[in-house]
Amino acid sequence: MPDTAPQFLGLPLFAWVILLPLVGAFVNLVLGRWLSRQTVHVVAVGVVVAAFAIALCAIFFPSGDWSLLYKFKHRTDEASPEVVAHLFSWIQVGTPNDSWFLNIGMDFRLDTLSSVMVLIITGVGSLIHLYSTGYMSDEKRYSAYFGYLNLFTGSMLILVLAANMPVMFIGWEGVGLCSFLLIGFWFENPDYATAGRKAFVVNRIGDFAFLLGMFLLWYVLNHGQSLAPGLDFADLRSDAAQHVYTMKDGFFGTDRWATIIGILLFIGACGKSAQIPLYVWLPDAMAGPTPVSALIHAATMVTAGVYMVCRLGFLFAASTTAMMVVATIGTATALIAAFYAFAQTDMKKVLAYSTVSQLGFMFAAAGTGNWVAAIFHLGTHAFFKAGLFLGAGSVMHGMAGSGDITKMGGLKKHMPITRATFLIYCLAIAGFPLLSGFFSKDEILGGLWALGHWGHHPEGWPDWYGNFLWITLLIAALGTAVYMWRLYFLVFEGEERSETAEHAHESPWTMWVPLAVLALLAAFAGVIGLPHLTGTKLPWFTHALSSWLAPSIDEATELALHNSDNATYELMGVASLVGIAGIGIAWWLYGRGPSKKVETWTAEGHLLHEPYIASKNKLWVDELYDLVIVRPFRAVARGLFEIVDRFIIDTVFVGGWAFLVGILSRISRWVQNGQVQRYIVGIVIGAAAIFFFASRGHHAGIAYREIPQGVELKADPGAGLSGVGVKYRWDVDNDGQWDKKPDAAADDTSDAAYIDTPTRLVRRGDIGSEVTLWIIPKSGGKGETVTEAIVFAPSEGSK
Amino acid sequence: MSDLFTHVGYGHFLALSAVLFTIGVAGVLLRRNILIIMMSIELMLNAANLTILTFARMHGDLSGHSFALIVIAVAAAEVAVGLAIVVALFRGRRHVDVDRITMLKH
Repeated sequence: MPDTAPQFLGLPLFAWVILLPLVGAFVNLVLGRWLSRQTVHVVAVGVVVAAFAIALCAIFFPSGDWSLLYKFKHRTDEASPEVVAHLFSWIQVGTPNDSWFLNIGMDFRLDTLSSVMVLIITGVGSLIHLYSTGYMSDEKRYSAYFGYLNLFTGSMLILVLAANMPVMFIGWEGVGLCSFLLIGFWFENPDYATAGRKAFVVNRIGDFAFLLGMFLLWYVLNHGQSLAPGLDFADLRSDAAQHVYTMKDGFFGTDRWATIIGILLFIGACGKSAQIPLYVWLPDAMAGPTPVSALIHAATMVTAGVYMVCRLGFLFAASTTAMMVVATIGTATALIAAFYAFAQTDMKKVLAYSTVSQLGFMFAAAGTGNWVAAIFHLGTHAFFKAGLFLGAGSVMHGMAGSGDITKMGGLKKHMPITRATFLIYCLAIAGFPLLSGFFSKDEILGGLWALGHWGHHPEGWPDWYGNFLWITLLIAALGTAVYMWRLYFLVFEGEERSETAEHAHESPWTMWVPLAVLALLAAFAGVIGLPHLTGTKLPWFTHALSSWLAPSIDEATELALHNSDNATYELMGVASLVGIAGIGIAWWLYGRGPSKKVETWTAEGHLLHEPYIASKNKLWVDELYDLVIVRPFRAVARGLFEIVDRFIIDTVFVGGWAFLVGILSRISRWVQNGQVQRYIVGIVIGAAAIFFFASRGHHAGIAYREIPQGVELKADPGAGLSGVGVKYRWDVDNDGQWDKKPDAAADDTSDAAYIDTPTRLVRRGDIGSEVTLWIIPKSGGKGETVTEAIVFAPSEGSK
Repeated sequence: MSDLFTHVGYGHFLALSAVLFTIGVAGVLLRRNILIIMMSIELMLNAANLTILTFARMHGDLSGHSFALIVIAVAAAEVAVGLAIVVALFRGRRHVDVDRITMLKH
């Protein structure tokens, strides 16, 4: 089928979704200092909104045959709905015929799974960019902030649109970098800078495992065969590759390749998506500006791990062990993070732990092969959690920057719009019936229930495990409702507990409009993923998400995730009860401000004292890390610093050279003392020495060389006689007589009779075995006599 | 031996020039008065001139003479500049002792 997709500057339409934010980042970061604030935010918001519009076009454009929707409607087994852009060949080693072939292209692919992510990133991203123009209006480094935000958006789009793993890794690192830059955006505060560093370092640990997993995957698929030379997701998904995943691994020989690779990749996901044990950076990441928390640390970047696991679902599905690891870690994280959230008094900290917990829900879904539910919850969570963060930002904006909930209360009178939207988000996240969070969480819980009850589970998966996870997650869901509503009541209800709260004010329209839009989405986004009820006739759009995702995600066939209608109703009832009960408990305790009951219970010596302290201190995990990792690491670093840096480099090398130079300069200082006369003494002595050595041993001699006509002799008078008028007397034929000129008489002994030239040309036959030369000064006195043996070089041919 | 005193040849010129040059060097090295030093420099230049002329005559080559003329011109220029500096120095300091003129040293 000819590709009729519209192009712009030679690139397919959807590639511009990635490029536009990067262009915006370039403009704001490089040219930002010369731009006015207005230009900066028009560019920054403009590119993201434009990217959103282009993404909508590329995905849903109604006419023509090039949109993703058209391809989706006309899909066949051969043509899965996708649009591919090959920009250039990135890394190529070897040829397809070699035993090793690496061929990575800068490829991007828009398919149904990435389209969901692209819409979330650009859609929620647009709202948050708009919100930022209000929230950051007093910021000095305005263009840098928007530059980073644009760069983040571009990197995230690279991550989700990448057609192969190395390109995905570019985005993966790019978002990590932007996260670091934005967490530490107010780096004048050393705590914030530390938080940024912590996020970066913890992420690096995950990234390293991700790299290892990627390398191993390439190795496994490309030794002896060339199944996926570029780690393209389409190649990874092929039947041949899937067969390789199920083979015994070559390292331990105990499990499948998919187990090792899957767990390594999942550690990467743990770093990016803040799962146990690498979640510690996310609460600290709240040091960044609040819109950043909303965009990066709630809606998009932290979901990259979930996206990656879903994208490689076929790989994880090949290993029960890997699936159990993912599901267990996800569930444990969901529970523990919810536990932490209870005792936090900072608004953003509560939301941060809530995010960690909700990401745990997503991994629990992904770990049970319930990919659609994971992506569904990812989407709804993006709406309500971004909204919650933006709401928190709005509250903090009204509260002069403070996020301490013990100082708030009664804000509903002062911030009606923020309060109304916050209410909707809290209902959604608590799982109040018919709101988006209810349906998405219900899908996850329903999947777990099905796993335990209908006997459909992968080989080696214990029967009781699904139920166990279900119960655990249900407790986490109850906890979610309680702590979120505790937050709501403490912030908006009751009496004002501080001066600032009494003077709180509503935020400007740039801030509340995004809140309102997100509230609508948080309320109604659930309709695209209603549960499958065979007994009812629901319209098509209620299952839009699962059918839309079907071509990109392999429904794990062994894992039947659907319950019967009755079970579904019952589960929905249970979930509703849990949500409403949680809200009820929170109202009972905190409905009229800070609770006296909780204070008594958690006081010293009472029942809940220890758990409360444990929650407040986050189970001392940071302290544990400090003790086990940070301190030993510091000790080693200090040792290296003292030995290698201080001693070897500083003392021996740097200090040693300085010492040597010092000695030498002391000597030269004595010589170079500024007295011109002393210099001249040096010059005179030096000149005399040069003359002495140059003339010493340079005696008179004869130089000769062979030429075709014979031998050329050349007299060298030597140092003693140079420059003085001399006579030359030759005895070439070695007869003991001075050679005479041919026409001279035999008895003539005057000067004119002898050959008197410094150079002579003699035939070879006329020359004796020795040549003797006399050099006699014309002014009289002793001359020099030189005898030179003539040795001919062994000549070639004629002699 | 008698030749040395009766017959004036190239060797005598060269010897004179060497003696003049050595006196000049000694003057530059040992004296502290700039005027004397400049006179010594002149002496060395003229010793060099004498050598050049001697060799020019020895080889029968006129280019040595033109060399000597150039050296005389340059020496005149050098003396003009040098004396100007000396006068300027003297006006400021009332002495021309090189050991005490150390302004550029530090």
